[in-house]
Amino acid sequence: MSTIFVLVAKRLGLGLVTMIVISVLIFVGVEALPGDLATAILGQEATPETVAAFRRELKLDLPPHVRYFAWLGDFLRGDLGTSLSNKRPVAEMIVWRFSNTIFLAAAAAVIAVPVSIILGILAALYRNSLFDRTVSMATLSTISFPEFFIAYILIALLSVQLVIFPSISNINDQMSFWQKIHAIVLPCLTLTMIVVAHMMRQTRAAIINILASPFIEMARLKGIKRMRVIILHAFPNALSPVINVVTINLAFLVVGVVIVEVVFVYPGLGQLFVDSVAARDIPVVQASGLIFAAVYLGLNLLADVLSIITNPRLRNPK
Amino acid sequence: MSKLKELEKLFTKGKITRREFMARVSALGLAAAVSPAFLSSTAEAAKPKRGGRVILGSAGGSTTDSLDPGTVSHTMPQTINQIIRNMLVEVDYKGEAVPELAKSWEASPDAAKWTFKLHKGVEFHNGKTMTAQDVVYSFNEHRGADTKSAAKGVVAPIEDIKADGKYTVVFTLKEGNADFPYIASDYHIPIIPEGTKGKDYEKGVGTGPFVLQAWEPGVRFFGKRNPNYFRKGRPYFDEVEVIGISDVNARTNALKTGQIHAMNRCDTKTFHLLEKAPGIQALKLEGARHYTIPMLTTIKPYDNNDVRLGLKYAIDREILVKQVMRGYGYLGNDHPIPRNNKYFAKELPQRQYDPDKAKFHLKKAGQLGRTFNLHAADAAYPGAIDASVLIQESAAKAGVKIKVVREPDDGYWENVWIKKEWVQCYWSGRPTADWMFSIAYAADASWNDTKWDHPKFNQLLKEARAELNDKKRREMYVECQRITSDEGATPIPMFSLQLSAASAKMGFKNPAANWEFDGFRLAERWWFKS
Repeated sequence: MSTIFVLVAKRLGLGLVTMIVISVLIFVGVEALPGDLATAILGQEATPETVAAFRRELKLDLPPHVRYFAWLGDFLRGDLGTSLSNKRPVAEMIVWRFSNTIFLAAAAAVIAVPVSIILGILAALYRNSLFDRTVSMATLSTISFPEFFIAYILIALLSVQLVIFPSISNINDQMSFWQKIHAIVLPCLTLTMIVVAHMMRQTRAAIINILASPFIEMARLKGIKRMRVIILHAFPNALSPVINVVTINLAFLVVGVVIVEVVFVYPGLGQLFVDSVAARDIPVVQASGLIFAAVYLGLNLLADVLSIITNPRLRNPK
Repeated sequence: MSKLKELEKLFTKGKITRREFMARVSALGLAAAVSPAFLSSTAEAAKPKRGGRVILGSAGGSTTDSLDPGTVSHTMPQTINQIIRNMLVEVDYKGEAVPELAKSWEASPDAAKWTFKLHKGVEFHNGKTMTAQDVVYSFNEHRGADTKSAAKGVVAPIEDIKADGKYTVVFTLKEGNADFPYIASDYHIPIIPEGTKGKDYEKGVGTGPFVLQAWEPGVRFFGKRNPNYFRKGRPYFDEVEVIGISDVNARTNALKTGQIHAMNRCDTKTFHLLEKAPGIQALKLEGARHYTIPMLTTIKPYDNNDVRLGLKYAIDREILVKQVMRGYGYLGNDHPIPRNNKYFAKELPQRQYDPDKAKFHLKKAGQLGRTFNLHAADAAYPGAIDASVLIQESAAKAGVKIKVVREPDDGYWENVWIKKEWVQCYWSGRPTADWMFSIAYAADASWNDTKWDHPKFNQLLKEARAELNDKKRREMYVECQRITSDEGATPIPMFSLQLSAASAKMGFKNPAANWEFDGFRLAERWWFKS
């Protein structure tokens, strides 16, 4: 097990370095965009004097490296700063939205992961059957449509025609847990339909790959049932690629859903990120960008650790 | 006129019938003076009902919005600003300045000194009583070197503001301005408690009809009825919620499924379907929003009026209104005054697409062979690129070459507008002719996006501003419109209609179109019918 701890420690260290690099990249990227917060907020109404006053107040007139290191210093002390555009503490803005994002991602994952793995196993079991082809066709079709299209179809069907679920998912703190669940059914379904195909196909391919191995043939020759062979012999050995693709999709559910958020008016982190880039609100962009980066790094690390734990050959390297 | 007033009174009280009223008014030759709204409102005679929670689905909200009145630049925070706060003056649906926090006002004969009397006993949400000091503070927030308010230019004509006792404020202007009450109606200048600064703005303490309970920028505002509101009986709703919905399909679906009660900015593609949809009232209102294509007169050859006039004739306005606005607009006459403004120049002939005249003027300027670059991005207004391509086509038929240069949406107002020689632009319009001309057409205006400097126009505008005689004033503004139209540097091909929709449950009277959501005041003016 010690190998795992060493790995985790190493990866966490590297992760910190990566985060610093990312923060520099984000800062440089936002700086490189035309305009700054003053011109973005005032827009057509800007005059040279008001823009100058804006910059003075927000210290945007300081050179970029001074502003970056001031931000980094605060960040290392655990202070995310305040939003330049409305003076709110960044931490407060992000915590609420990030928990919403996680809520939606978790709800989608709870449906999508088991469904896709079970479908993948069944598709491998009944390879090339009508069932296999139908499942493949259906999931590949849903992944091929843009997500807003799926979203509009679901809204037209389940919200406008049948009036079962609300068309907008603007959850707020006045709602109970079950009201929130009811409100997010449609975005949750949309996300599920987008991520199932990838995970299902990978599960199916990984299992079929293993099925060609000699030990599977041995098991079959011993007369074990197909289902048992696949679930107990093939699947555990196919876990590593499956875990990888599942974690990539989980990361997508957290960081890549801004379009679904917009269509369903869901108050997640993605919309905040996009708006803040548009307004050049650097503290908010930095904090959200780093959270996204941390999610990716963390889930990748988790994937590696799980792969090692589930694979005895990696667990005890010779 | 007093005869008309008397008749109106009789009619309202039911002493005479509608037919009698009309007959007698016609006999007096006063029919045109009767406001159409006067007849319809009495005919409806709907009594507003109390109660309920109204939910508005608003486009134009961003998570970076704030409630700092100086920088409320999107519809959603602007609407919320009006829900929690009041201005000194309100602009009604007819475009008239009527009292709000100010009970009355009067001007000195030269219109340079304005005395505003305030309502007594108006309370802020924190219990403090509003006094003249608060008004002085609220205006000063937008003045001075350090202000970052977008209204800085609006209040620039104010020389001095003084409180005279607890309930009187005296404004001294640098020069006479007969329209000053309109400036006091600007949404940037609500009255806030003295000392409100920075983060305090987000608490939203004002005198408005609703008290802020929750506010998440770009997402949601929630407010409860202000029981101490200074207007007796108002507002009618118990609670108000504003939800930011930037996607137009999401807004429309939310209205159709009853999740919201009113929405702004309907899709022109589907508006005709909304008009037929059961349970929905689709509203088509004439506002002052217009689309402009300013040319920088400091850059050759746009300093030549023949070039400008030639390009104005090369634009097929009918096609633009039909294609870009899908019919929800009307032709512009190259001046920024909308046809519902009281000074609108009916007497000016409408400029039409005329390939021959276009060719003639450009030939006269010796610029017929030239390719004109037209810079456009949809940041100017949705459809600006399509509009530019249509202009390119109609000009080509006149033998005028235009090249459409696509610009990035990002940074459009900073890097393209007032920087490139000929660009697409829009103006949401202003309540008065003076205001509109003063911010974008006067030579010294900071948003004079053509750098146009017409001495006669500037002189006329200044004189008209201080003129208290309405008839003379009208003549001056008609002349201003003629000069802008014939010699200005801004082709104004079209005005757009304001498209919005509400649930059939909503009751209202004469919605105003000066801003979205009934002049931002829907939550105060509307009610639930059942």
